[in-house]
Amino acid sequence: MKKISVGLGTCGFSAGGGQVFNAIKELIDNNNIDAEVKETGCNGMCYKETLVEIKDEQDTYLYAKVSVDKAGKIVNEHVLNDRPIHDWIIKSKDISTEDSFLKKQTRIVLRNCGIIDPNSIDEYMARDGYSAIQTTLNHHSPVEVIDIISRSGLRGRGGGGFLTGLKWKLAHEPKSDKKYIICNADEGDPGAFMDRSVLEGDPHSVIEGMMIAAYAIGADEGFIYARAEYPLAIKRLRVALRQCVERGFLGNNIFGSKFNFTLSIKEGAGAFVCGEETALMASVEGKRGVPRLRPPFPAQSGLWGKPTSINNVETFANVPWIMINGADAFASYGTENSKGTKVFALAGKIKKSGLVEVPMGMTINEIVFDIGGGIKGNGIFKGVQMGGPSGGCIPASMGDLRIDYNEINKTGAIMGSGGLIVLDDSTCMVDIAKFFLNFTQLESCGKCTFCRIGTKRMLEILERLTEGKGKLTDLVLLEDLAGKIKQGSLCGLGQTAPNPVLTTLKYFRHEYEEHLHQKRCPAHQCPSLITFSIIPENCKGCCLCLKACAVGAITGSKKEVHIIDEKKCIKCGKCFDACRLNAVQKN
Amino acid sequence: MAGDAELIEEQKEIHSFKLDLINKRRQSGSLITLLQSAQDSYGYIPEKVIYYISELVAIPAAEIYGVITFYSQFRLKPMGENIIKICEGTACYVNGAKTVLSVLQDELGISVGETTDDGLFTLQSVACLGCCSLAPVIMINNDTHGNLVTEKIRAILKEYKVLHKAGSSN
Ligand SMILES: Cc1cc2nc3c(=O)[nH]c(=O)nc-3n(C[C@H](O)[C@H](O)[C@H](O)COP(=O)(O)O)c2cc1C
Ligand code: FES
Repeated sequence: MKKISVGLGTCGFSAGGGQVFNAIKELIDNNNIDAEVKETGCNGMCYKETLVEIKDEQDTYLYAKVSVDKAGKIVNEHVLNDRPIHDWIIKSKDISTEDSFLKKQTRIVLRNCGIIDPNSIDEYMARDGYSAIQTTLNHHSPVEVIDIISRSGLRGRGGGGFLTGLKWKLAHEPKSDKKYIICNADEGDPGAFMDRSVLEGDPHSVIEGMMIAAYAIGADEGFIYARAEYPLAIKRLRVALRQCVERGFLGNNIFGSKFNFTLSIKEGAGAFVCGEETALMASVEGKRGVPRLRPPFPAQSGLWGKPTSINNVETFANVPWIMINGADAFASYGTENSKGTKVFALAGKIKKSGLVEVPMGMTINEIVFDIGGGIKGNGIFKGVQMGGPSGGCIPASMGDLRIDYNEINKTGAIMGSGGLIVLDDSTCMVDIAKFFLNFTQLESCGKCTFCRIGTKRMLEILERLTEGKGKLTDLVLLEDLAGKIKQGSLCGLGQTAPNPVLTTLKYFRHEYEEHLHQKRCPAHQCPSLITFSIIPENCKGCCLCLKACAVGAITGSKKEVHIIDEKKCIKCGKCFDACRLNAVQKN
Repeated sequence: MAGDAELIEEQKEIHSFKLDLINKRRQSGSLITLLQSAQDSYGYIPEKVIYYISELVAIPAAEIYGVITFYSQFRLKPMGENIIKICEGTACYVNGAKTVLSVLQDELGISVGETTDDGLFTLQSVACLGCCSLAPVIMINNDTHGNLVTEKIRAILKEYKVLHKAGSSN
């Protein structure tokens, strides 16, 4: 019997995967075809969505960019008549067009994503699922678990990179009648979707990781704090939790041991700062998500004053693999102080945008060019943004930099949670810095003066610069404010908020200077600093730009050269986007 | 009288809503969960509900208001039938989210945070929808739409308008 799986992560759904799934299901059901149709998560190739995999006795075939139309033909030809449509297949025994994307990846966290049906606990178990927790309960004491995780060198994947084993040890030590374990699934960094994909594609691995952590620290209750914008992830987690309760994997005397554990979901309500652990706990308690001073650390006094350990989704997803394969196997990947793999959400101006998992120690160039296929369109690689609003921009000239916590920190950026946004020469670095600062400024909870007002003042300076109204002292003032905000803020949000500005000032200072002195935006992005005009030689008078213009700034009749009235132009760039002949230019 | 019937209907509704809240309270003891279910039932959080919840959990209404205004998910005003969330995350930003926003604003005649006069659409912005590989992205209700260009946005809006017409003529 053939098994058909349709890639249905949020990415698959938005590429029309839902309709493809229904179309295939209908064909199979209506024609009584002997085949099984199921959902699966994202396999990382978001740039090829919708993906459909057909597995028969001989081989597994992966179809890319499947539409409802194509799906019909695939069912007809391949499923019914055993004639695979080779032109649409990107991977099978004989075909492999996506080798470059896959070859350099190592899948530990994403081991099941895109392979199993996330709604099926049996498929998870068929791939060693829930065997790690059983081995743990039967053969290891909590102290031994902590020792294994410590020796593996696993560091927290939520951004900070704190040693997971050590974190668990600190939460294990205090004596308490009650302890909690929390999974941070708030994934607030704009441009990051690793945690969403793991939760949508393999929710059980996170649950199992949490069970092992709970056993290690002595917790009997856990929460998954999930972002409200992730309805599908929450839905699949609910299904997974229900299955665990039904099978007795959650509850009392789990797998016949003395270990009791219950787990529930808390939906976030939309506040970036709630990703910070003390704010997150306040939010779980139902309060405003305002961070508090540490110490006391959560390991001493966390949720409702009880010892609590908080880890990120990806951190937990690593844990069952380590318990099965051993600390040494994990530590064999990576560099001196960064072990294992890291999942990156590769997006921005990149050809093959998607989810990739690479061993630590790989260079940025390898990720962008070998795996990601290089820059989309005709752009020139300018740099990458790592770590979201807490991180920074690393220039293309440093593309040989290795993925390693210490190496990246040295640049002024951070590893962060895994957002990797590729920038090309059409990106203005002052504008990008402004973008992030605008974000942190809006998301600041307002508790610390420097974070609340300092970021606002920095933002005003950046706004001035991008409008060509900068003052000579502005760059010095930016650096001064940045230093003070870092020192004067209580939590990571404020302490890292100036990073995007500082790194762009460090590596792209000339762009700031051009905005300041020449009133020029070299990337042609800042509306106040550009003008639009039409190159007469290229214009064929097709009227597309005229139709696109919302303010009537363009005149000209059919087959005649058009003209833009600079006084009326609001510089929205719609004419530039509309023209197919490169006749509209930005100056 | 029709008015009385409506009143009874409303009281019944409030009653079942209150029961639902009491159950939730037993389960989780969390204010945010209660506010979320209030918003699920009403589409926003009406003032009277703040007082019910205040009584139920013995937290002053002012504090509840503080929580509501802290989180961007909660709304104190009714929303349109369809909620459009435009992504302003990094990947979308570098891939033309500004154009998407201006097209949406042109087409709907509203800015972010507003609702169209016919009550069909509310426009909101969010930090990232987690669909960065399909940037630029918008989410309408719970459906995500990616790789947007001007024509595609217009077509999508039209679909929702047609759907609404079909719904109201039934
Ligand atoms: C403003 C702010 C936002 C954060 N957002 C997240 C987040 O979305 N997801 C996450 O896992 N960690 C986030 N963190 C880091 C957490 O505070 C915490 O360090 C992490 O969840 C610990 O898990 P780990 O040790 O497994 O990395 C954030 C920190 C700050 C300061
Ligand atoms: S940046 Fe738009 S979905 Fe992530």
